[in-house]
Amino acid sequence: MDIHINNLRIFAHTGGKPFDPNKPIFVLIHGAGTDHTFWGLQTRYFSHHGYSVLAIDLPGHGRSEGVPIDSIEETALWLWKVLDQVSYRNVILAGHSMGSLIALEAASKRPDDTDALILVGVAERVAVHSDLLAAAKKNDSTAFDMITDWGFGQKSHLGGHQSPGLWMLGGGRALLAECSAGVLDSDLSACHSYIGAIEASKKISCPTLLLLGDKDRMTPPKMSVPLKENLRISETKVLSDVGHMIMIEKPNETIDVMDEFLRRALS
Amino acid sequence: MVEAKFLKFDTLSLHAGQQPDKITGARAVPLYQTTSYVFPDVDHAASLFNLERAGHIYSRISNPTVSVFEERMAALENGVGAIATSSGQAALSLAVMTLMDSGGHIVASRNIYGGSHNLFMHTLPRFGISTTLVDPRNPDEFKKAIRPETRLLFSETIGNPGLEILDIPTVSDIASQAGLPLMVDATFSTPYLLKPFDYGANIVMHSATKWIGGHGVAIGGVLIDGGNFNWEGSNNFPNMTEPYEGYHGLDFTEEFGPAAFIMRARAEGLRDFGACMSPQNAFYLIQGLETLPMRMSRHVKNASLVAKFLNEADEVSWVRYPGLENHPDFKLAKKLLPKGAGSIVTFGIRPGSDGARKTGAKFIEALRLFSHLANVGDAKSLVIHPASTTHQQMDEQGLLEAGVKEEMVRLSVGLEDPVDLLSDLRQALRSSQK
Repeated sequence: MDIHINNLRIFAHTGGKPFDPNKPIFVLIHGAGTDHTFWGLQTRYFSHHGYSVLAIDLPGHGRSEGVPIDSIEETALWLWKVLDQVSYRNVILAGHSMGSLIALEAASKRPDDTDALILVGVAERVAVHSDLLAAAKKNDSTAFDMITDWGFGQKSHLGGHQSPGLWMLGGGRALLAECSAGVLDSDLSACHSYIGAIEASKKISCPTLLLLGDKDRMTPPKMSVPLKENLRISETKVLSDVGHMIMIEKPNETIDVMDEFLRRALS
Repeated sequence: MVEAKFLKFDTLSLHAGQQPDKITGARAVPLYQTTSYVFPDVDHAASLFNLERAGHIYSRISNPTVSVFEERMAALENGVGAIATSSGQAALSLAVMTLMDSGGHIVASRNIYGGSHNLFMHTLPRFGISTTLVDPRNPDEFKKAIRPETRLLFSETIGNPGLEILDIPTVSDIASQAGLPLMVDATFSTPYLLKPFDYGANIVMHSATKWIGGHGVAIGGVLIDGGNFNWEGSNNFPNMTEPYEGYHGLDFTEEFGPAAFIMRARAEGLRDFGACMSPQNAFYLIQGLETLPMRMSRHVKNASLVAKFLNEADEVSWVRYPGLENHPDFKLAKKLLPKGAGSIVTFGIRPGSDGARKTGAKFIEALRLFSHLANVGDAKSLVIHPASTTHQQMDEQGLLEAGVKEEMVRLSVGLEDPVDLLSDLRQALRSSQK
């Protein structure tokens, strides 16, 4: 569905069901250089299991117009503008990587409006390698290679995807290659410069799930510990043999863990 | 600057798409000879059918053994995904049926396999899809033949049997500027020699029966999506970008992004047309893939020796092999196929007193190691007379345009000791002139 903010068209994928503001609203936020398709199976599953899902394309990403917002804090404020336009209900926020920082920051800004929070591939600090930042700044395609290499766990480099016939590394790289010049640079810079995760986590009041990959080289599980220590109600689930691209590498397990968490959190 | 580290081609040939079986520990890819899969519960079943969860439902649409083959091919080609089909021709038909509707138009190279030629010129017109054939050596002809209703550009990477090398970078530019995908049949090159996506092609197909398997025991095909075509931007492909009632209004580009084409081909094409690969054949083809790099390296080495030998033989009037300097595409082959120009060699035998066709027949029948049959890419060396077999459905003009001469003999050079191959060719050439 299209949402218009400041005369710009913002796209949110609803997973094959029309958006229904009367159902629990579940917002999925993608990571750097990607778009709503990274949440493909999860979007379809939850939209057919009682939720109104909005897998949002951030400005300048996927089907959304505009240019990327270059700070996590500003993107969080922008997200609430979008959500206020579609409903006044509370929301469930989930984000992956950069999206997890946006979800965390957004939940901290309006804790009373957030019923549950899911942070996938999250860390207290997402320090981006200087070579990756440099390549992204130059719009050099080696940046896509670095993210693909480091993002997928070593086991996923061999494949064995749950979706028949799909080669994860090729799909991940192809999606990154679709983003417009400057988008990846802006996203990675926003991640790199964000230092507010600890403070944000102190303000969260809703149940929070940290969903991590044990072989994640971009946001290793140990880097999420300070967040857990500051979150009021949290649980951590670490999937085995998984890198940073958790919902691509283990889509079914991701659905199961999120589903079980939400049943508990919202009961 | 740090560099991304990906598994190399030889490693992917052996491992891609497979995690060793967790329950049995089986190292080889298990053969899942099953039609169907038990659902844990009703909701899980519904989720699989509705594309909410990943997994297998029914082996016409997917199968764990077949999936390993598909993923391995996608990995070797640098694609986003693949579909294995019952044959190479099934892969071509699946691509056309996924992309096109009645009224559509294809621009295709005229120097292609006879079966593909027949599909384009005789079968597809029955379904309202027309084709203009062009000279693959003249990329401008692709451009000139494009019409408002054109939806696909098609060629072979190495033409069969003329061995024309497609200038993929130039033709893919033409396709891209016209908002059309370029599909190539890369059977003769294999991903070991050439990766068409790296040069701008958008869809790759193989007859896996040939070098991919290499053993000549299984018929199969594969369709691979490069994930590099902008379906949305092209505005020419409602099948990719508009709601599909066959899946409750699913929009494949919105849902699957770069994998839209291959997902539609599976969800619609395999489901409805059903030309799937059998698990048994996938198992055989996986065995072949494991040795693809070693075989291809030997294939091109032997082919090069055979081509040089024939080039110097008195009984031969002409030789066509893109690795020979006298081939019109020699420079292009060097650029696109630096590891070697394939293992097909064609040549014209010097006609004896009873004419070209009889002399060719004598040569073929005198061969001892080369098997006379309708296939290429086997580990064993093969021979055929295209004008009377693989391309016999073409008329005289068609044969001329496709570069299939009456005296042409096509060799598929195998992996035997080259000394034995040259010896066999030498004695058969002598016999042909008697």
